[in-house]
Amino acid sequence: MRGAFAKTLTELAAKDSRIYLLTGDLGYMALEPFAEKFPDRFINVGVAEQNMVGIATGLAEAGFIPVVYSIVTFASLRPYEFIRNGPILHQLPVRIAGVGGGVEYGHNGATHYGMEDIGVMRVQPGITVVAPADAGQTKTALEKTYDLPGPVYYRLGKDDRIVVPGLDGKFDLGKTQTIKKGKDVLLLAMGGISYETAKAAELLSKEGIEAEVVIVASVNPAPVEDLKQVLSQYRQAITVEAHYASGGLASLVSEVVAQAGINCKISRCAIEQSPDGETGGQGFLYNKFGLSAEAIATKAKSLLCGVPA
Amino acid sequence: MVSLPVPIGLHLAGPKGQNPPLLAVQSETNHVINNLQVNNLTTKSSKGSTSTGANMTGVKLRKTIIEQSRRAGVGHIGSALSVADIVSCLYGKVINAKTPRDPERDRFVLSKGHAALALYAAFAERGWITEEQLNTYCGDGSQLGVHPEHCLPGVDFATGSLGQGLSFGTGAALAAKRQKSDRRVFVLLSDAECNEGSVWEAIMFAAQHKLNNLFAILDLNGQQAFGYTKDVLNLSPMDERWKAFGWDVHVVDGHDEEAMAAIIEKNSNVGDKPHVLIAKTTFGKGVSYMESQIKWHYSPLNEAEYELAMTELERQS
Repeated sequence: MRGAFAKTLTELAAKDSRIYLLTGDLGYMALEPFAEKFPDRFINVGVAEQNMVGIATGLAEAGFIPVVYSIVTFASLRPYEFIRNGPILHQLPVRIAGVGGGVEYGHNGATHYGMEDIGVMRVQPGITVVAPADAGQTKTALEKTYDLPGPVYYRLGKDDRIVVPGLDGKFDLGKTQTIKKGKDVLLLAMGGISYETAKAAELLSKEGIEAEVVIVASVNPAPVEDLKQVLSQYRQAITVEAHYASGGLASLVSEVVAQAGINCKISRCAIEQSPDGETGGQGFLYNKFGLSAEAIATKAKSLLCGVPA
Repeated sequence: MVSLPVPIGLHLAGPKGQNPPLLAVQSETNHVINNLQVNNLTTKSSKGSTSTGANMTGVKLRKTIIEQSRRAGVGHIGSALSVADIVSCLYGKVINAKTPRDPERDRFVLSKGHAALALYAAFAERGWITEEQLNTYCGDGSQLGVHPEHCLPGVDFATGSLGQGLSFGTGAALAAKRQKSDRRVFVLLSDAECNEGSVWEAIMFAAQHKLNNLFAILDLNGQQAFGYTKDVLNLSPMDERWKAFGWDVHVVDGHDEEAMAAIIEKNSNVGDKPHVLIAKTTFGKGVSYMESQIKWHYSPLNEAEYELAMTELERQS
């Protein structure tokens, strides 16, 4: 997704001279195309994320569209108060691009995981929050949101190779994307883990269980109407996210269910515990946290049998 | 399609029917509204001030600070008094701004946001707010709080969280350079604010990018909310520290408006470094019993204190 983001941003920058790209010293082997094509509009601000957001705020006030780039946790948590008091409070078009949502930085350990970024961003009404599922959706999402008047947060995956089947690069603010119709259980996914979710649906299909798979990439504004509509059709839904269980997709969906009074039980596939220091690759960590396709499928089956997973 | 290099003030009038941003870059319509408001306010101003603020003095601002603090019953008086001459210098002698929302105006960031009353006093002198508006200070529904909010025309950046203003200002200075504008950016910081690490991030960036249109003005009064700066985190010698970080440093009497204005005019867009005025100030300046007293960071005035303060300031007028 980050490759698609950089490529799309470079294309947009060729058409729109307001676009600047600021990085907190990250993006090696990803941001070079932009840096080479627009050296005057690419700034490595150094390892100083708070200042990066502050500078972006000053640039945006004067009419630029600055994109700040770092790893999810350094893009969202470290400068969080700057984001709140800068682009959000002033409603300025700063774009915050966090790369490596969830546990994508596996071996790098817990300091590099992004497990609460969606939660902390989503509580701010004044920022658009987008979590694309794959590279194709990243491109569309950026094209459709880069020139919004207020700030935008993008949670990007590192992997540009995964393709979520049936998504075909679709994205609309305030809407969901249904990639597979079903009848037995509803799977709602956010971000890069949508791929695991689609795989889980395939596993279930092989056992005669038809899961409906819905992608939630527009987190803020939340796709409330789409969610109400689809949740009303199911008695069981599972939210899937590489994020803590609180604050992210599970919370969003639960709020919709509670507020609309929908009779649908929500089960969460999410990170339920603080990291304990045991590291490994993303696949290992998905297994550990119950986020693999197999774990998602198992949870769905147990729900349908009425057995707690 | 190749867009023009940053058409200031027009570019964000949202495509696809989106609302323009609240601050900064106003649509044509908002510009007209703001200008009307400002003109209207100017004519209603009972202070009879000019729009250039040419008659502004630190003592005038101090009187407003004392009057409003007493009326509203709130503190942060000593901090506002400390910077009154700096703010008067900037808004009376230095800052170019046809209107509070003029895109080509010099930018100002009151990074030590808790001194906002000094800023409102200057706005009133300049005719940007009416006395009626000033009298809403700290009232319900007012745009004039203890810390400045950007909804008030003239406040370029909302502040109140220490350590953020210099980053905003550095971005604003970089923007001016990239837009090939001569506009300048002034950021007023407190000495204690330099406890915040983010200030030094901005200091390093501004030096690296040779932002000679950026002026930091450091209100060096030696005090902070809960003690003296030398006892909390001693940053002395402040001038040497900024110099070591690559800034053009001027140590100046922070109560000498002429001296500060002269340094600024001489150094605007000059050299290859950002500029800092280490402005030596007295906390609570102008009111004898407040000077250098920690108590007056937060304490409000009683009637007797108010009378005494106003008597002293009258003598200085």
